[in-house]
Amino acid sequence: MGKRDILKPKDEYEKMVKAASPKSPLFKNCLRAFVSGGIICCIGQFLMNVFSTFGVVTESRNMLVSIILIGVASLLTGLGFYSKIGKFCGAGSIVPITGFSNSVTAPAVEFKKEGFVLGLGAKIFTVAGPVILYGTLSSILVGIIYYFVR
Amino acid sequence: MAEKTGLYSVKFKEGINIKSVSSIGGTKEAEGPLSKAFDITTNDNLYGEKSWEKAEAKFLKKAFDTALEKGTLPPKKLSYVLAGDLQNQTAASCYAAEGLHIPFFGLYGACSTFGESLSLGAALIDGGWGNYVLCGASSHFCAAEKQFRFPLELGSQRPQTATTTVTGAGAAVLSKEGSEPVITAVTTGRIVDLSITDANNMGAAMAGAAAEVILNHFKDFGTTAEDYDRIFTGDLGYVGSELLYELLYEKGCDIKAKHRDCGIMIYDRDKQDTHSGGSGCACSAMVFSHIFKKLLTGEYKKILFAPTGALMNTTSVSQGQNIMGISHLLKIESRG
Amino acid sequence: MDYIKAFAVGGGICILGQLLIDLTKLTSARILVLFVVCGCLLGGLGWYDKLVDFAGAGATVPLPGFGNALAKGVKSEVDMKGFSGAFTGGLKSASAGITAAIVFAFLTALIFNPKEK
Repeated sequence: MGKRDILKPKDEYEKMVKAASPKSPLFKNCLRAFVSGGIICCIGQFLMNVFSTFGVVTESRNMLVSIILIGVASLLTGLGFYSKIGKFCGAGSIVPITGFSNSVTAPAVEFKKEGFVLGLGAKIFTVAGPVILYGTLSSILVGIIYYFVR
Repeated sequence: MAEKTGLYSVKFKEGINIKSVSSIGGTKEAEGPLSKAFDITTNDNLYGEKSWEKAEAKFLKKAFDTALEKGTLPPKKLSYVLAGDLQNQTAASCYAAEGLHIPFFGLYGACSTFGESLSLGAALIDGGWGNYVLCGASSHFCAAEKQFRFPLELGSQRPQTATTTVTGAGAAVLSKEGSEPVITAVTTGRIVDLSITDANNMGAAMAGAAAEVILNHFKDFGTTAEDYDRIFTGDLGYVGSELLYELLYEKGCDIKAKHRDCGIMIYDRDKQDTHSGGSGCACSAMVFSHIFKKLLTGEYKKILFAPTGALMNTTSVSQGQNIMGISHLLKIESRG
Repeated sequence: MDYIKAFAVGGGICILGQLLIDLTKLTSARILVLFVVCGCLLGGLGWYDKLVDFAGAGATVPLPGFGNALAKGVKSEVDMKGFSGAFTGGLKSASAGITAAIVFAFLTALIFNPKEK
């Protein structure tokens, strides 16, 4: 068979691909992430202030705020809005705790068709599982170091 | 009889007749610029089914039925069905072909599947395996996202280089005799590796395969781009098409004026937010309806049709392996 | 004033995430992991709490705040129970968030199906 005319060194083709690929609109994306992330945090702040006026202590106040935000994000995911929000906001809706909620709810909704145990049950943490795993591991690391240095 | 031509091509003396062609599309395809070329479009991507996967099988089944209807051919006259799709183990094709009760070959060539099935269908007819062969391919955006990427409701942004999987199916009936446009030659692609690992830039992974198969066709037949009315590629999209021009230009071959890409044709990038264009088995299979119409009217006399595929799976991508490219080229001529 | 601080700091952390997405091709799952681990380590050093004092929800609502909660939980548990606290404190403090995510995700999945895209 004939020789491969098209084959080229990896770095040479990489350069061509880079030149041909449109860049993501970085400034626009960052602006959207800033504004949307900021708004979500302000909603959190508002809830915090409300709980404060009712005299809820700091620890449980933060928890309640998280629970409410997680619940609302989960509902918006089910209604099909969160994916639209995510498309527009990018990291602005991924990085807040609402993004964590979305990453648990989205696979749960998607894989329900494959059953409640091996579908929804097994796949619910496909995206958020690593967050819990590495979050827990790093907390243990922090705990052990803290035990020895405190 | 077929005649081996050059290193990679086969020429059919009489030509293999394309009796009828069909296409069924989903919502986004109906909103696109080619919607009039499709036989049926639906505004329900579940197509009345309970899951995306079942819907895809129904799209393909409908494409089979429509192609047979348009060719006024009862299913029992078929000798073979050749089809493929993007689901694991090409499940959609199996379910779609079940009701036909015809011998079935399941194919996988990723998004090049329609080219693969037309090539092999032509070979079967030429080899005397039967008078009628049904070829088809399907893909579904939601089923593909679920299988290859993330759950649909996950709020994330797609990079500009990513393509949008086409929802729908296309089919064609090939026959020994007839008066419709004919497949007169086939050039079969080799696996081409250009060290692309980014699954969000499949156009870049396939451009090399498309360039090679087009170049090999020109060499085998001693032709140039000037000898054809149009050269269609499958789903390179905007990024892949640009790379195709560059790769061919380096070899002294300029096809830009003659080239069209099905992935670019099927959607309106500005209005439909489809980024680099359409992709998936159904992309070239559905756009073929549009091309076939122009061959029937004689607007195109002689074209090259080269669906392109990016070969990989979720495991190979997770392991950081390169994405392989493939492209299968057919030369199709009108009778005019 | 606390709203402006929350907006600026929360939005700023999101810009960091956006830069990672666009410039490094990290998927969102990897970014979430990175942010939680960073938040936890910064919390372990006691630095993240300074940001929380300054920005309130602007620091607790983004995921590094979740990591910080893990670190704070583990530290107070170590203070109370000694070495075994290193193993119980993290998930204990994260339990409200994780449980809420599981419960709401399950209920949502019961009611809704994925929408056509």
